[in-house]
Amino acid sequence: MLDVGRHPKINLLAYSEVEEVSGEVGAFQIRVKQKARYVNADLCTGCGSCAEKCPSIVVDAYNVGLGNRKAIFKYFPQGIPSVYTIDAPQCRQLGQGKKCGVCAKVCQANAIDYEQKERTLDLEVGAIILATGYEVFDPSVIPEYAYDRIANVVTALEFERLLSASGPTAGHLDRPSEIAMEKEIEALEKEHKKLDRQVKQLEEKHGKTSSEVLDAAKGGTSIEGVDVAGWASSAEKLHGIEAVLSELHRKKATTHAAKKLAFIQCVGSRDFRFNRFCSSYCCMHSVKEAMIAYEHDNDVSTSIFCMDLRAVGRGFEEYKLRGGKQANIRYVRGRVAEITEDEAKNPIVWYESTANRQVVHEVFDMVVLATACVPSHGTKKLADLFGVELERNGFFKTHPLAPLNTSRPGIFVCGCAQGPMDIPESVAQASSAAARAAELVAPARHLAVAAK
Amino acid sequence: MAEEIRIGVFVCDCGSNIAGYLNVKDLAEYAKTLPNVVFVKENLYTCSENGINEIKAAIKDEKLNRVVVASCSPRTHEPLFRGTCEEGGLNPYLFEMVNIRDQCSWVHMQEREVGTSKARDLIRMGVAKAALLQPQETIQSEVDQRAMVMGGGISGITAALAIANRGYHVTLVEKAAELGGLLRKLDKLAPSDLDASTLVAQQVELVTTNPNIRLLLSTRVEEVRGYIGHFTVTVNNNGEKEDFGVGVIIVATGAEVLKPVGLFAYDGERVINQLELEERFKAGSFSAKNVVIIQCAGARIDERKYCSRICCMVGIKNAITIKELSPETGVFLLYRDIQAYGVENEELYHRAKELGVRFINYDQAIPPVVEPGKVTVHHQLLGRELVLPQDLVVLSTPLIAGEDNEAISKLLRVSIDENKFFLEGHVKLKPLDFATDGIYLCGNAHYPASLREAVSQALGAASRASIPLAKGVMTVEPIVSTLCDEDACRGCGLCVALCPYGALEIERTEKGRKVKVIPVACKGCGVCAATCYQHALTINSYGDDQLGEQIRAFLNA
Repeated sequence: MLDVGRHPKINLLAYSEVEEVSGEVGAFQIRVKQKARYVNADLCTGCGSCAEKCPSIVVDAYNVGLGNRKAIFKYFPQGIPSVYTIDAPQCRQLGQGKKCGVCAKVCQANAIDYEQKERTLDLEVGAIILATGYEVFDPSVIPEYAYDRIANVVTALEFERLLSASGPTAGHLDRPSEIAMEKEIEALEKEHKKLDRQVKQLEEKHGKTSSEVLDAAKGGTSIEGVDVAGWASSAEKLHGIEAVLSELHRKKATTHAAKKLAFIQCVGSRDFRFNRFCSSYCCMHSVKEAMIAYEHDNDVSTSIFCMDLRAVGRGFEEYKLRGGKQANIRYVRGRVAEITEDEAKNPIVWYESTANRQVVHEVFDMVVLATACVPSHGTKKLADLFGVELERNGFFKTHPLAPLNTSRPGIFVCGCAQGPMDIPESVAQASSAAARAAELVAPARHLAVAAK
Repeated sequence: MAEEIRIGVFVCDCGSNIAGYLNVKDLAEYAKTLPNVVFVKENLYTCSENGINEIKAAIKDEKLNRVVVASCSPRTHEPLFRGTCEEGGLNPYLFEMVNIRDQCSWVHMQEREVGTSKARDLIRMGVAKAALLQPQETIQSEVDQRAMVMGGGISGITAALAIANRGYHVTLVEKAAELGGLLRKLDKLAPSDLDASTLVAQQVELVTTNPNIRLLLSTRVEEVRGYIGHFTVTVNNNGEKEDFGVGVIIVATGAEVLKPVGLFAYDGERVINQLELEERFKAGSFSAKNVVIIQCAGARIDERKYCSRICCMVGIKNAITIKELSPETGVFLLYRDIQAYGVENEELYHRAKELGVRFINYDQAIPPVVEPGKVTVHHQLLGRELVLPQDLVVLSTPLIAGEDNEAISKLLRVSIDENKFFLEGHVKLKPLDFATDGIYLCGNAHYPASLREAVSQALGAASRASIPLAKGVMTVEPIVSTLCDEDACRGCGLCVALCPYGALEIERTEKGRKVKVIPVACKGCGVCAATCYQHALTINSYGDDQLGEQIRAFLNA
């Protein structure tokens, strides 16, 4: 990424969208809309002071909702260009009509520009490469896996963030149910502190204890100069919170990080209700995530439920075997029928053991869904814009003998935009698409190179 | 007399990234006390326009001849500051960077004193090293704008055409008497339904009529000398030798199909492999009432652990062909995992099922048994043995590395893996490059690949190879190995053997055998300098004296 940002012959238009395409191979005209960042990218040094002080807290999409970010943000730490962007609808000043201006005050580079407008750019190019990637299938449409209802059923991408040292749990396998419990405790403690202060103030002011006031309220007697009902209600609320808190603390003491994991393969793939195709890479990322979880904590054991375990690249089969021998991974053949939950928020996996020909169930600490690779949102719109065909699943259509060509001359496609594939294949394809485009523009080489 | 060393130190606040957690004022004051330091400046952002201008002005006004910036990571900012020095009139390699953000303020955020003290150490070390830096000149080397592609299968043909179509000359070397490789032996291709021979004929036509391609059939590569931009290749065509020069090389030498001798009663008649089945299709001699196909014949076993990636699809493709040729023929396909990864493959898998191909999973521990007229397989779902009638058994065997791979790997000084397939430079980031610059790989030489994948990889390898061809000149940073003490070198060759990039060679000189560094191939990793017991080799800007001084500065606080 860094190399792209620094390359003298690459004009990087981030936070931009193609709006119009005309012309033909060798001479396309493209109109690009560059959205307003409200930050002058030339001045911003990416230091992050603004985000540190920004008062608006927003759920962080990069951490798949498991963490927070600010309204002024960088999508992820290594992002290129290394500049900040204001998420306008979330910003007090821009989106909510309030007075704020904190980021502009703390920015020592004077890069904040609340007046910034979106820009339209017109480009002339000889060839186009579509590399718009893919999206992860939303598993909440599969009722039997209860992704929406059971906290400790997560997607592989969410699990990936939990495993990441820079993620919301610093790499520890804290269960989402416990993360939610912590948040609940935190919120209740805050409320408790506030109410406690109020009640203590009342006690000091009137020289009475809360229990005296509660007795008075029960007996229906009044105390001079005291709002008995109001005080009593606060005191009762306080007791209520204390009871809930002590129950939560008791529960928390019995919890532990996830040790027993299940991965369910082909969630939304190889399933005629959703996508018929195989998503190619998910078998390997499940093995990888199970390996990392084991390396993080040797007490972790994993079951991977799959129809076929597709380990087809160099070293993949060997890696899979090593996982089984050295990282407590068990490979279970079969499709999981249903996931339910017990009282301790543990997911229960129901499946048919094909080896024993029996329906069995097993309790896990956490279940990870290996979700399908589906066409990016907006692929259909792009296909219309660029005048290229899609195949039946909604990926850009290519031919096995011309694997980079779309249906329109001069427009090429690489990576998961043409179907699921892993990183090495995507990287190889990207070079190939570049070769195709370069063959086309070879005669005009160096004619339109701008200095950077 | 050596010039007076005048070092300027620029300490960056990085907004509050550094200044918020370290005592930067104190660091700047401290830098002033260090030997040879004549100028110190604290910047809000050294990398901003202001900071850059301050460096340039100080080089001029303060007559600085060394610059040290204490800020962030050289990975992101060293090129900028080196460029600044150059613009200020100073050799860019008289610049030293100290990382007090990633290594101090970020990791010691809660420990202001400790972090500041560590930053003091790092700055002192950087200043000590800077005093010993020597100017370096960027290394430039012309590139011979011609390519050689080894292997005339679909990968080699595709790569050669892609390079030729960009206007560069390609020599395509094939050891067999004709082009086409494995594809020549195949019948129909899936999922395109195209005849393999039609495709081969089309591609051969394109190769033979392309004026930029020189085709050498029945030719073997005997020797390759040189390095990126300057390879000299010796080929042998039926005893006739020829030398020619190229700038880049693509390895597309393919793979071979395993003959499953000794497996599942293979006899080449009633028990054959997929390639032999395709030959029967081609010859129109296929006939059978009941066919049993067995996957993983010789793959994913203890002697050959890897999965050969494409055999499931070959098995499914040929099962479909049988059903299309002869719908009455019963086809059973026995498998361990069906590797129908992706969109098209899974569709073919469904198509086979629709046509009535029966898929039965078997356990490696209880493999099918082939006997005359029948195959016995343990059906896991039924929990019992099934006896399948057969008058033809087809074994899906893996692709195995070419018999020449070991020799080629020595010839080109590139790596092969434990299965003798060629090994790419980086599994994720450089799937088509070797670690050695100027040599690329694609297709089955790398690992079993479908036609679609082989074509993609071939185009990609051509694209990678075209980069030095298009540039015409290689520009390399001078942070490379150099023979600093020729007399000390005994020509033992230990460094040559250890160099991962083929950047060293032994040559005969008047003084005897001496090592020679090929700077454009060197990555400056330092393995050679660390290995040389004679201290004859050093890495520019990372010499023993410079690193030694840095360590001494650390110890003598």
